[in-house]
Amino acid sequence: MSQADSMSRAEALPVLSGAVTSGRRPQTAAGFLALFRNELHLTFRRMRTLVLLGILAALPILIGVIIKVNTDSPRGGGGGAPSFIAQTTQNGLFLVFTALAVALPVFLPMTVGVVAGDSVAGEAATGTLRYLLVAPAGRTRLLAAKFTAGLAFCLAATAAVAVTALATGAALFPLGKVTLLSGDTIGLGEALPRALLVAAMVALSLAGLVAIGLFVSTLTGSGIAAMATTVVLVITVQILDSFPQLDAIRPFLFTHYWLSFADLLRAPMYWDGMLKNLGLQAAYIAVFGSAAWARFSSRDISA
Amino acid sequence: MTETPVTGDVTESAGGRGAEARPAPVPAPSHPAPLPGDDVIRTQGLTKRFRGGQLAVDGLDLAVPRGSVFGFLGPNGSGKTTTIRMLMGLIAPTSGVATVLGESMPQSVASVLPRVGALIEGPALYGFLSGRDNLARFDAADSTADPRTRRRRVEEALERVGLTAAAGKKARAYSLGMKQRLGLASALLQPRELLVLDEPTNGLDPQGMREIRALVREVAAEGTTVFLSSHLLDEIEHVCTHAAVMSRGRLVVQGTVAELAARAQGRLVVRTPDVAQAAEVLAAHQVADVVRGEDRVDGELGAPGDAALPKLCAALVEAGVRVHGFGLERGTLEDAFVALTGEGFDVAG
Repeated sequence: MSQADSMSRAEALPVLSGAVTSGRRPQTAAGFLALFRNELHLTFRRMRTLVLLGILAALPILIGVIIKVNTDSPRGGGGGAPSFIAQTTQNGLFLVFTALAVALPVFLPMTVGVVAGDSVAGEAATGTLRYLLVAPAGRTRLLAAKFTAGLAFCLAATAAVAVTALATGAALFPLGKVTLLSGDTIGLGEALPRALLVAAMVALSLAGLVAIGLFVSTLTGSGIAAMATTVVLVITVQILDSFPQLDAIRPFLFTHYWLSFADLLRAPMYWDGMLKNLGLQAAYIAVFGSAAWARFSSRDISA
Repeated sequence: MTETPVTGDVTESAGGRGAEARPAPVPAPSHPAPLPGDDVIRTQGLTKRFRGGQLAVDGLDLAVPRGSVFGFLGPNGSGKTTTIRMLMGLIAPTSGVATVLGESMPQSVASVLPRVGALIEGPALYGFLSGRDNLARFDAADSTADPRTRRRRVEEALERVGLTAAAGKKARAYSLGMKQRLGLASALLQPRELLVLDEPTNGLDPQGMREIRALVREVAAEGTTVFLSSHLLDEIEHVCTHAAVMSRGRLVVQGTVAELAARAQGRLVVRTPDVAQAAEVLAAHQVADVVRGEDRVDGELGAPGDAALPKLCAALVEAGVRVHGFGLERGTLEDAFVALTGEGFDVAG
């Protein structure tokens, strides 16, 4: 602290003893961003996060081995990805799409639900929330940092699946020319950026869920309750999405366009579903982000 | 101990109101002060009613002078922590105003709290982080804290509370005393104008209590105002210059500790084997409420003490009373509390 600094402070406020500097300290950009950095650090240094990422990374290995062992019966596989599994035996790169298609409906949202659901409620439960707020972190800033860390986790989780899938696919199956869903064939060099794009789409598909989890997290003082609520919500919404009778509301469910990333594997790429997906995620972020902010900024912190 | 020259009188709240027009307890600064008066904390009619309808704090008028070590006293459940939470902007008052460092709370949280260190209702830590990383996180939460000096300030704070050796250990392995120290360290990451400590010696052994009290005195000597809540009377008597007493959500009294203790009137105590004789002499010299004990007589001194005492002593000796001991026993804060509230201190509201 410079001398000129403390002198100007001494002028600004009457102080009994010169030893204590008083007056306001300016907020700095580096200081403002420090919480975001620290939040990322906190998220990814937790054993829980690492275990979740480890489970996600193990998933493609498991799928790859199963496909390798059962090459005689390549049929089967659930929901939106039957063709991926059949293709995987021809080209290891398709294990990335298979693994993401399997992980997206259940495993990825569950881990995101745990991280986002616990983000505020967990801190309230341990009491660290009150110390962050009197630091003062600023309620809006803290929420923004939590949301950013949640998004970062979505990216990391998707990357964990995609990268191990690529490695496993390359190890177990041949790589080479890729036959797209539309029947066209492209080279591996052209296919890899598409795989990256697919992973990015999957990660962004989870953004709405982060906002929902954050909102749920501001409602309760129990981390477990918030995590469970978020995960149950994901499952319920996907069940609702499977009823044709609910056609009127299905397009507004945040999981509805999740598997639209498959359209990236056509030539030309078919963006309609993905744009709808991105718009829907943005809408969920806006609605639940505002709700979380409204709730959190006015709430009495008595835990 | 830093005694501030105090001219203020003891204000007693009738129905929670009436702390206005209190003389500033410290000499006015030579240059114009931006603060209204020179109170670091000031509340007017501060009230919190929880959703269940429970009235936790009722019309509180508090004034904490700058530079004081202010004891906030009351049994468990008397509204101390709720008051502190309102002062720190964690919960919104139902009605009334709270001003901290001259700005109203909770509106000015962002500009006030960086200048305030706080320990609220015990420490809360991230068990999976080391003590050092816990401090770094709380420091990062303050957007006015300089990240370039963070490492140094964290080490200094650790050193100050004697945790340097255990700084690398995960906080979940800390004892309660160590957690308490780490909480205190996070309050000391910056030079603060105000330190709010809610029951800082809870769960500590006598040695730990002594260390914390020494630290409080040290911080106060640097010019930081300390607001210390406690349910332990002797803690307040040991470290505080001023005190306020809460009971069932209301402020019973506030003033300097000396004034409060003086409210519990000192009693004249004579130690002698000649109890009956001594009692007669005392009664003859306007000593009221004479109580005869075993080898002692005590009573309430009617006239102002200092002048009357030598005469009384001489009178006793003249009457042939064998005086073994003669003196005034000063009242304690506990006596004052009982006198003020007519109830024991351990009553939970």
